[in-house]
Formats: sequence, structure tokens, C-alpha cells
Amino acid sequence: MIANFGVVLGEWRSLMTGLVNTIWICALSGLLSLLFAVLVAQLLVSRRRAVRRVTQSGVDVLRAIPFLMLLFLIYYCLPTLGLRLSSWTCGLSALVVYNTAYFAEILRGAWAHLPREQEEAGRAHGYAGLRLYRRIILPQIFIAAGPVLGNQMITLVKNSAFLLVITIPDLTFMANQVQAIHFIPFETMLVAVALYWTICSTIEWGVRRLDRVAVVRGHE
Amino acid sequence: MAWSSLLPELARGTATTLTVSLAGIALGLVAGLALALIRTSHIPVVASAVAAYVSVVRATPMVTLALLVFFGLPALGLGLSPLTAAILIIAINTSVFQAEIWRASLLDFPRGQLDAAHAAGMTHAVAFRRIVFPQAWRASLPALVNEATLVIKGSPAVAVIGVVDLTRVAVRATTLTYEPMRPFLSATVIYVAVVMVLIRLQRYTERRIVAKYGTL
Repeated sequence: MIANFGVVLGEWRSLMTGLVNTIWICALSGLLSLLFAVLVAQLLVSRRRAVRRVTQSGVDVLRAIPFLMLLFLIYYCLPTLGLRLSSWTCGLSALVVYNTAYFAEILRGAWAHLPREQEEAGRAHGYAGLRLYRRIILPQIFIAAGPVLGNQMITLVKNSAFLLVITIPDLTFMANQVQAIHFIPFETMLVAVALYWTICSTIEWGVRRLDRVAVVRGHE
Repeated sequence: MAWSSLLPELARGTATTLTVSLAGIALGLVAGLALALIRTSHIPVVASAVAAYVSVVRATPMVTLALLVFFGLPALGLGLSPLTAAILIIAINTSVFQAEIWRASLLDFPRGQLDAAHAAGMTHAVAFRRIVFPQAWRASLPALVNEATLVIKGSPAVAVIGVVDLTRVAVRATTLTYEPMRPFLSATVIYVAVVMVLIRLQRYTERRIVAKYGTL
């Protein structure tokens, strides 16, 4: 068994390629999702009932779909509507669409718990529109939602493993290739698991750092 | 594919998804409680080993776990049918999350009640069965139902190892007919319906518990 781990480590190039692909596609889709989520969260707290309702149903339905289903919908169904995307674009857009819904819901929740006085005080000091949003509201809901956003980011990393079914060479895909070549599935997948654990632990560590900032600024 | 041939397939796929998920959840419930008890037990090496195990499995994607179990265990001489492997995969995955839920309610448990139980002459086991467990169960139930929705959403991972669950039914129908819309949209609707029912159930259990006992 120890010798088999040696064989797996001999394939470190393949595994590193997979690891790097997983990291960058998760980082990029996480960032894009967060940007879109900020916009969608606006719609979720809109003063217009119809806008709020429609957006909320959309978000709720997306959050009820398994990620693999959404991935297949984009991968198989969009081409029949005349939209042909590369598998990378499919994977990235599936991750972004899916996580935007989750992130938006998290931000909405944090926003609902933000004391109204914060916004009122901001307005009294002459902040309005985008500036009020950017300087007063957003930083606070980000700090308050930090841990939950971090957990969702970990879920994103774990969902990204589904991308192997549309042949994106992520960590799981590459590990699966390595195990198929040398026929040492147990050892190879264990190494992949260890690498996923490292990614997720790093995110958790980042969240704890953020949490300390939150405590200093008076958030529980 | 005509509805007449698609619908029975979808029904079978749904049945498989639900069977595999429910069996996994049931196994995970027992294993999760055991893991939580060991982890909160203060037994030196064992408690930390369980903590490490929980941390690693929590960070493992369901697909990666599926490949590990389905290909890895036979290589170690433990042959499994896809269906058994599927149940095992879901059980391993959900047990660590359920362990965290149990652990939270065990750690929250008021120490005074336990002391009172001991003072009244109960052994540790009796106190657990009669005093701790019923209350921890109540506190955990809504979170456990929520965990069930996560299991349903992660269950398509077993399609990757060849189990014909709801997701794989849709894929198979598509490869037969080159017409993806109907099978995938139908499967999506079924998943959403199942998850929405579970969310309702979660709110319902929460309300019931609060109405009956005042708090969670």
C-alpha cells in the first residue's frame, strides 16, 4: 500500500493540473457569483413586490435543484435552444448560476438583520444610492455573512467535483484518470481527498480570520 | 421520448433516488450519533481521531467519495454492488454532517440536568436514554430534516458510478432520443418537488416542537 502511494505521487503532475484547475475555476466562479449575488440581493429586497416575488421564487427553485441537474440542463438543453457552449463555459456558468442563488439568499438574510438605523444614519450623513450601499450597507452585511459565505464557498468546491461528468479535467477527473491507468483507486482517491481537505481547510482558516475582524468591529 | 415510456422510467428513477437517500440517511443517523458520542466523550486518542475523520469526510465531494468507495473498496478486496455502494456512499457522507448536528445539541445540553439525573441515581446510560437523548433528538430534528434535503441534492453523485437514479434516467433517455428537454426538465421538476416537500416538513417539525415544548 505504501508503494502504491509512491506510484500516486509519481503522477503528481496530473494531480497538480487537476488541483490547479479546481482552484481557479472555484475561485473565479466564487468571485463572479459574489458579484452577481450583490445585484440579485438588491432585487430580493426591492420595494416592488412583484420584483421581490419573482426573484425570490427563482432563487428558491435554483436552491432546490441538485447541482448536477443544473449542469446537465446547461450542458444538454442549451444546445437544443441554439446556444452551444464549450464544456469549460458550461461548467463555469453552472457554478456561477447555482452559487449566485445561494450567495444572494445569504446576503439577503444578513441584510434583513442589519439594524435599520445604520441605513438611516447613513442617509442623515448625506449618503445615498450607490455610495450608501457601497460604504455603509455592503461592508456590514459581508462581515455579518462571512462565515456562512465561507461555508457556501466550501460547498462550491465540493460541487465543482461534478464537473468531471462534462470532462473538465478538475482534481477528481485527473485522480480518476490516474487510478484508471495504474489501477490503484483507493490510494489515488485518498490523495485527492487529502487535497480537497487542504482547500476546504484553507477556506475555513480564512473565514476564522475574517471572524476576528468581525468581532473587533463589534459583530458577534 | 414519448411520455408513455418516459414516465415509468422517471418513476423508477425517483424510487431509486428516494430509496438510496432514505437508506443512507437512516444508516447515517445511527452512525452520526455514534460519531458524535465518541467525539464528545473525552477518550484521548479516539475522540481526536473521530474529529479528524469528520473533518476530512466533510471536505470530501460526494463524487470523489463515490469513486473512492466504488472503485477503491473492491481493490481492497471488498466487492460491492452499485446499489449497496450508493447507500454506503450516502451514509458515509451524511453521517459526518449528522454527527455535527448531534454534537451541537449534545454540547448545548444543560449540565445541571445531567447532574440532577445522576443525583437521582441514574447510571450514565439510563440518563442518556431517558434524559439527554429525547431532548437532543428534539433539538436536532429540524436540522436533520434540513440535512435530508442536502442528501437528496447530493444523491446524483451515485449516477456517476452507474446507479440508475433519477439523474441517470434523464441522461439515458437523452442518449436514446437526442431530445434532452423533456427528460431533464421533468427530472428537475421532480427534484424540486421532493426538496420543497422536505423544506415544508422542516418548518412543520419546527413549529410542532415549538408549540409543544415552547422552544427547540
